[in-house]
Amino acid sequence: MAQDPTSFERFIQGIIPENPVYRQLLGLCPTLAVTNNMKAAMTMAGAVAFVLFGANIVISLIRNLLKPHLRIVIFTLTIATFVTIVDRFLAAYMYSMSKALGPYIPLIIVNCIIIARCEVCASKQSVITAGADAIGQSIGFGLALASIAGVREILGTGMFFGLRVMPLTWPDWVIMVLPPGAFFTLGLLLGTFNLIESKMAKNKNKG
Amino acid sequence: MDYFLDIFLIAIGAALINNFVLYYFVGICPFIGVSRRIDMAVGMGFAVTFVITIAAFLSWTITTFILIPGAPISSFIAGFFISKAEAAHIDLTILSYIVYIFAISSSVQFVEMYVKKFFPVLYKSFGVFLPLITTNCAILFACLVIMSNVAGVENPADAWGLGKALTLAFFGGIGFTIAIVIMSGIREELEFCDIPKSLEGAAISFIVAGILAMAFMGFTGVDSGLKKAMKSKDAALSSKLHILDSESQIPKYLKEAEKIEYLT
Repeated sequence: MAQDPTSFERFIQGIIPENPVYRQLLGLCPTLAVTNNMKAAMTMAGAVAFVLFGANIVISLIRNLLKPHLRIVIFTLTIATFVTIVDRFLAAYMYSMSKALGPYIPLIIVNCIIIARCEVCASKQSVITAGADAIGQSIGFGLALASIAGVREILGTGMFFGLRVMPLTWPDWVIMVLPPGAFFTLGLLLGTFNLIESKMAKNKNKG
Repeated sequence: MDYFLDIFLIAIGAALINNFVLYYFVGICPFIGVSRRIDMAVGMGFAVTFVITIAAFLSWTITTFILIPGAPISSFIAGFFISKAEAAHIDLTILSYIVYIFAISSSVQFVEMYVKKFFPVLYKSFGVFLPLITTNCAILFACLVIMSNVAGVENPADAWGLGKALTLAFFGGIGFTIAIVIMSGIREELEFCDIPKSLEGAAISFIVAGILAMAFMGFTGVDSGLKKAMKSKDAALSSKLHILDSESQIPKYLKEAEKIEYLT
């Protein structure tokens, strides 16, 4: 276990170096589906953060009892329990948001990020490390959602969090809030991310 | 006759107009991950179609007979402990997510064993994809849509029968197959293209998928055209194609699309 990353490393890695969306390409359904406005994207990020944190803690607590061939089933059932909690909570306190997110809240169950984190980190390491890992990954996921949703909302409607940021003469790029806009934005942001990284790697080699 | 029209509309809606991958963004992971070669894409598509149909059958049966309030099995069992009138109100839909994911995992496991035993060649060609189907959002999504049309309807007479549920799931799977096969065809050609270094791999696939999604947006008109043609016959058929609640964000896209039509 000596070579396993510590809590702090797990926390930092989740934000940029192992960003769930841009680096690991995990959890793409909500990334594409709910990012046509900031509010929905942030609600989704919060929901995923809660489920990820809860599932990581629980899996980490029972990691010594897990049988290898049954572990995926246990992961999904644990996650499904937490997703049900989130779903009921949203339906009770944020009804319109729960309606708007529709089936994408229950789809968190099959979100690869959470299963991957349970598999990679929580089923092997202590509770504190698993918690730190969940928080780091959630922040990374939130940042990724915010970047995509920000681009799409500003270009698509000229607004940010429902507030007007573009001049009134801005012609709304309706395509950006439609499904194709999600693919374009993610593709281009991914390309930008790769470009920045290769530039940085080049500078490092020169130095 | 109306019933067949309904079925037809659901089939067209699930396969083309509201394509699972390009409209609802479910099943993106295999769509990007397994679309390098056409033969693999076809195999994945058929595996998903097969599993999604089985899962839809299971989830429809479970929802109708156990989960919804007043379902036969749950109220029969509860009838032993509480009065019959109270038992008719038992609502187990809160358990739906856990039940569905369990049904999906076990049906994938079952399909895997069956294929391994009777079609070893096919099993080898599927490789790791079969277990991966468990975490394919498209399947859970189909179950959820079926649930919202069985448990979420206000008038019990509107609840979907088994035929409609299976149609939605099967043609949703066909739509997934269409999308992933087109995508893999494009990606095979893309191997020979000169693209910017930073866009290589997943990034260019997303941009290609965006263009594909734009192409599939062209089917939006088919939807309203069919409905208009049917409205003269039967007003009740209208808005059957909106699989989700009218307040959810997705029909908003349609409204936006109509806005474009007005503008141009």
